Amino acid sequence: MNGMINIMRRELTGYFATPVAYVFLIIFLVMTGIFTFYLGNFYERGFADLDPFFRFHPWLYLFLIPAISMRLWAEERRSGTIELLFTLPLTTCQAVLGKFLAAWFFIGLALLLTLPMWITVNYLGAPDNGVILAAYLGSWLMAGGFLAIGSCMSALTRNQVVAFILSIVVCFLFLLSGLPMVMNLFSGWAPQIFLDGIASLSFLKHFADISKGVIDSRDLVYFVLVIGFWLLANVLILDMKKAD
Amino acid sequence: MIEAKSLCKSYGSLKAVDDLSFTVEDGQVLGFLGPNGAGKSTTMKMLTGFLTPTSGTALINGIDVVDSSVAARKNIGYLPEGAPSYGEMTVLQFMLFVARARLIDKNDVVSSVERVIEKLNLTEVKHQPIETLSKGFKRRVGLAQAIIHDPQILILDEPTDGLDPNQKREVRRLIRAMAKDKIIIISTHILEEVAALCNRVMIIANGKLLADDSPQGLIGRSRYHNAVSLVVESAEKVASSLSELPQVARAELREGELTLFPSGEGGLFEAVTAAVSENQWQVSALRLEVGRLDEVFHTITRPEASA
Repeated sequence: MNGMINIMRRELTGYFATPVAYVFLIIFLVMTGIFTFYLGNFYERGFADLDPFFRFHPWLYLFLIPAISMRLWAEERRSGTIELLFTLPLTTCQAVLGKFLAAWFFIGLALLLTLPMWITVNYLGAPDNGVILAAYLGSWLMAGGFLAIGSCMSALTRNQVVAFILSIVVCFLFLLSGLPMVMNLFSGWAPQIFLDGIASLSFLKHFADISKGVIDSRDLVYFVLVIGFWLLANVLILDMKKAD
Repeated sequence: MIEAKSLCKSYGSLKAVDDLSFTVEDGQVLGFLGPNGAGKSTTMKMLTGFLTPTSGTALINGIDVVDSSVAARKNIGYLPEGAPSYGEMTVLQFMLFVARARLIDKNDVVSSVERVIEKLNLTEVKHQPIETLSKGFKRRVGLAQAIIHDPQILILDEPTDGLDPNQKREVRRLIRAMAKDKIIIISTHILEEVAALCNRVMIIANGKLLADDSPQGLIGRSRYHNAVSLVVESAEKVASSLSELPQVARAELREGELTLFPSGEGGLFEAVTAAVSENQWQVSALRLEVGRLDEVFHTITRPEASA
């Protein structure tokens, strides 16, 4: 536990010691603003809710989260600090969790900084704040899913660009797995149960469910399982190939 | 104490370390010597628990490094090759991180960080990001993180590589100061370093242990050991006349310097000086050779010998 917290603290110090944190926070806030007000027609719609704000989160995360996660392990490999890290009395699990949680809290911070949006919508009308809270939770959970995939991809390579692209591709597949574009690839030859399986993997569908304000335990369990699965894969990859 | 038991590490068909067994006792400063790619670093990475051996294992103070890696690591301080560290952190932040990761008691973290910063003369740069430091400072930061928890076993992979002569001397002084009743393992391909620091040398090439001896023992294996070299006028004539001494096995004339190799009878130096004064040769230099480590190293590790 202490080992994990120590790693977490180091990671967060690292974020704020470089421009990474500030650039990410600014870009995230600017982009959410643009999406909400221009593409989402926040004012023109005439509804007091944050749907136009949350609707674009999956697409924002698709590019921004791999940008955060790509350095998690690739940078350790490139600079050789992985050798330092794994000769400290720490388990691989503690290191993986510590790094993941640091990045996840950091994204949580980015989400918190969008609170003025919530305040604005309350000023303009009377939104259902329960729905908004659920959507925030859903968005953060989904971010965790993207992040776990990104962390695992980052462990595969010493090259951050490769990690970035791999993460986007895998995240994209998870994001779209319920949409016709992906389903058409399988329908017609794959058994129905397989199709259902693929459809139920979609980040979009589970996020949409939560952000409607319906907190179904299945959606929560889904994201927790996704995070758990990719972090476990992350640990195994590191244990199998630490050296190169 | 370190006990390595048949350590093997292969990458595909390449055997980086091939059945290496040895024991290191407390108080020993062991030098791993070998050409690049000999398996020195791989061996160290297995001892520190970073790499899992393909087969075999090592006991660190009795703790199995494969089965109880985390427990074994607590006894070790390690400086990886190139002294990697988190460049964006300041020296102080980095030391605090390592101190906590090394499970130093919460109340002692700050004092042990201060002590190690003092010891390695890092005070003036302690608030600077590590990536802005010179190579010498970075290496000292690497050494500081390795010794912060006062480990019983210190493993240093090329601790002086890339440093200037003054920095090398400084790092060696630090290592010597720590050597008392610890185990220190150093890898290097700088021969003078071994003679300067170690009381035991292992020569490794192609993953195999080729020699395990004290530096003096290794030097004693040199054919130059106890040879006599002299610079003298009309050297060829002198060479042929000295060759007839029973103490001289062979005489070699190279670049104006005449070297006489001992035959094993002893008293070569005395016999040569006696001959010089008797014949009144004009000698401008005369010395007794102790042996040449580079020549021993070459003889043991040259490719023809292992092919």
